[in-house]
Amino acid sequence: MATEILMPALSPTMEEGTLAKWLVKEGDTVSSGDILAEIETDKATMEFEAVDEGVMGKILVEEGTEGVKVNSPIAVLLDEGEDADSATVESSQPQQPAPAEKARSSEDEPAAGMDHPAPATPAQARKLEPDWPEGTEVKQTTVREALRDAMAEEMRRDDTVFLMGEEVAEYQGAYKISQGLLDEFGAKRVIDTPITEHGFAGIGVGAAFGGLRPIVEFMTFNFAMQAMDQIINSAAKTLYMSGGQMGAPMVFRGPNGAAARVGAQHSQDYAAWYSSVPGLKVAMPYSASDAKGLLKTAIRDPNPVIFLENEILYGRSFDVPVMDDFTVPFGKARIWREGGDVTIVSFGIGMTYALEAAEKLAEDGIEAEVVDLRTLRPLDYDTVIASVQKTNRCVTVEEGFPVGAIGNHLSAYIMENAFDYLDAPVINCTGKDVPMPYAANLEKHALVTTDEVIAAVKQVTYR
Amino acid sequence: MAARKTTAKTAAKPNVSAEELLEYYREMLLIRRFEEKAGQLYGMGLIGGFCHLYIGQEAVVVGLEAAAEEGDKRVTSYRDHGHMLACGMDPKGVMAELTGREGGYSKGKGGSMHMFSKEKHFYGGHGIVGAQVPIGAGLAFADKYLGNDRVTFTYFGDGAANQGQVYEAYNMAELWDLPVVFVIENNQYAMGTSTKRSTKSPSYWERGAAYGIPGEEVDGMDVLAVKAAGEKAVAHCRAGKGPYILEIKTYRYRGHSMSDPAKYRTREEVQKMREERDAIEHVRELLLQGKHATEDDLKAIDKDIKAIVNEAAEFAKESPEPALDELWTDIYADEVPQEASA
Repeated sequence: MATEILMPALSPTMEEGTLAKWLVKEGDTVSSGDILAEIETDKATMEFEAVDEGVMGKILVEEGTEGVKVNSPIAVLLDEGEDADSATVESSQPQQPAPAEKARSSEDEPAAGMDHPAPATPAQARKLEPDWPEGTEVKQTTVREALRDAMAEEMRRDDTVFLMGEEVAEYQGAYKISQGLLDEFGAKRVIDTPITEHGFAGIGVGAAFGGLRPIVEFMTFNFAMQAMDQIINSAAKTLYMSGGQMGAPMVFRGPNGAAARVGAQHSQDYAAWYSSVPGLKVAMPYSASDAKGLLKTAIRDPNPVIFLENEILYGRSFDVPVMDDFTVPFGKARIWREGGDVTIVSFGIGMTYALEAAEKLAEDGIEAEVVDLRTLRPLDYDTVIASVQKTNRCVTVEEGFPVGAIGNHLSAYIMENAFDYLDAPVINCTGKDVPMPYAANLEKHALVTTDEVIAAVKQVTYR
Repeated sequence: MAARKTTAKTAAKPNVSAEELLEYYREMLLIRRFEEKAGQLYGMGLIGGFCHLYIGQEAVVVGLEAAAEEGDKRVTSYRDHGHMLACGMDPKGVMAELTGREGGYSKGKGGSMHMFSKEKHFYGGHGIVGAQVPIGAGLAFADKYLGNDRVTFTYFGDGAANQGQVYEAYNMAELWDLPVVFVIENNQYAMGTSTKRSTKSPSYWERGAAYGIPGEEVDGMDVLAVKAAGEKAVAHCRAGKGPYILEIKTYRYRGHSMSDPAKYRTREEVQKMREERDAIEHVRELLLQGKHATEDDLKAIDKDIKAIVNEAAEFAKESPEPALDELWTDIYADEVPQEASA
């Protein structure tokens, strides 16, 4: 019986890739371990080996084809003596479970006849694209490229900016964020470190005290826990402890939060942790333009900035303006979608769920206003409050743990500052209160889901 | 005169002028009297929290400062008053920081463990044991990157010498040839735990060999031996040869901090060190025996120092407490407000 050879996933987050080259042709006999093809992902080119033995029957995807989805058949492997056209094919295509229908509840009707005070400053409808002048040419760019471009531009602009971290130079970045930087800036400014987070974070802090502008890359923020003392006690607090004499103008950056199937120790969102510390600034972009504009701002900032990226977003493309010097200010949220029925506040990869939920809710006639905080310290409270004053309802969305979440803080702030405008309690959609499990179904369940956001919106809008 | 020993490695005394010797005497005495006064003010409730006195260890910082040049940097732990005075920071500003007043180096917001001076290239004052070691390597990294011909003195104790980040810093400092002198002030007790009770490899400087960093042990009760070793270490760094380790054997007469039960060593042990090995007495004898100074000259110096310390104490008492607005300043270099609630 013939077997389909499927497009392999070569990294935890790979969704598609390029079939760069076939190393076998139809009719060849292969045995397990033989290299069949070269597959290119956005991170690397990798060789793909045969698992079974047999004869290459039909090649279904020509070499050079881009965007081949993971798990789609790329060739058929025949048993000895079997004919390619008549073979019955055994498919190992995984079955995607259909999303469960959410039960709707019509309980808890809103109290009738409640009046809201008029906002002191009327809620201003923000322009949806406030970050670059109208008519600016835009280019589809991945978050990965945007981050690299931001670093390269700032390194060209300021000789004291340098990048250090594990595998940032010769390997070209564990997630290819620093691709090409070694070639352009040399080993003096793009520095591979040993695996020694506490040590190189501390060296980065000292270098910042000494007049440089370090960008310290953590391969992931999970590893930054080894360096936590230097980040918090040395980088964040020195300006205050020195009465303003010296501080640490530097950026700590890297992927944060869950990737895919990498287990509890590699899947934590630290947004709320860092955001609780005075002296740090915290940025957590969603789009490529924000990744670029905020990283450039972060590198120029005279304070330590925690720059939280997301592995799953690295490969996503967004419009990025073609401008000589495009920056995004800290402390200014972006409204991605206007609406009058509910405010959905999110940031980082949480925006994926927020925007998807808003699309689906619109089909049901619920217009959500979606606010991307972009930076968590400083946090754009005014935009959140103005939106809540308009919609009278709020749902927050993040992947982090539920206890001590950013959403908890926002709920408290909204309660203190816009209580009379609320028609329903604020709901926080967060990751679940569990260490991240490995099993695919459990992991999906542990993270916040679009369905949960939709259900929360329906609850606060009493639909 | 009690017999004095110097280790074989540092037996060769550097040439030193009478003026220099007098200067070391003054500086060491300033630190001692300053610390005694700080102890008094602590007892009076004018200084609070943690206060770690440097009494007994004065020759370490004075000897190394004698080997330093303008622009060289220094960073240390929380037992930092001596380092600040030795690098020329104003005793008034240091004492006023101890009392938590506006006139302190950190406007009263740092305290005993957290003072800094950009002008004197003093980078703290760090309260977490060992954290200053990678920071010191980082300061040296900056100098090398910028092409400055400067050296960073990174001080830490025998206690910190068991922290992992020290060895992370050693590894990178040697890998990148950073101009940093790692100064281990081995006062033999990490808080109340003697070196014998904390490690079976008590020769701390030898650990550098694992990373290729040369070093040596130095008699820390002999300011001239410290200076000579410091000059050697600095020359190594300035020649671009990377880091150097000095393990300076010293002794703290007072407790770890102000609340020390003093159960971990005998009174006799402390007494013996004070009588036989005191660094200030040593220089005093050199001055008198070499006829570089008379008893009267030294008395005059004592009087000057006393006046400086009293003036610092008066300033520290009279300087007002910081204005309440200071609570909210210096959090961000660009002062972005971050109010959690309106």
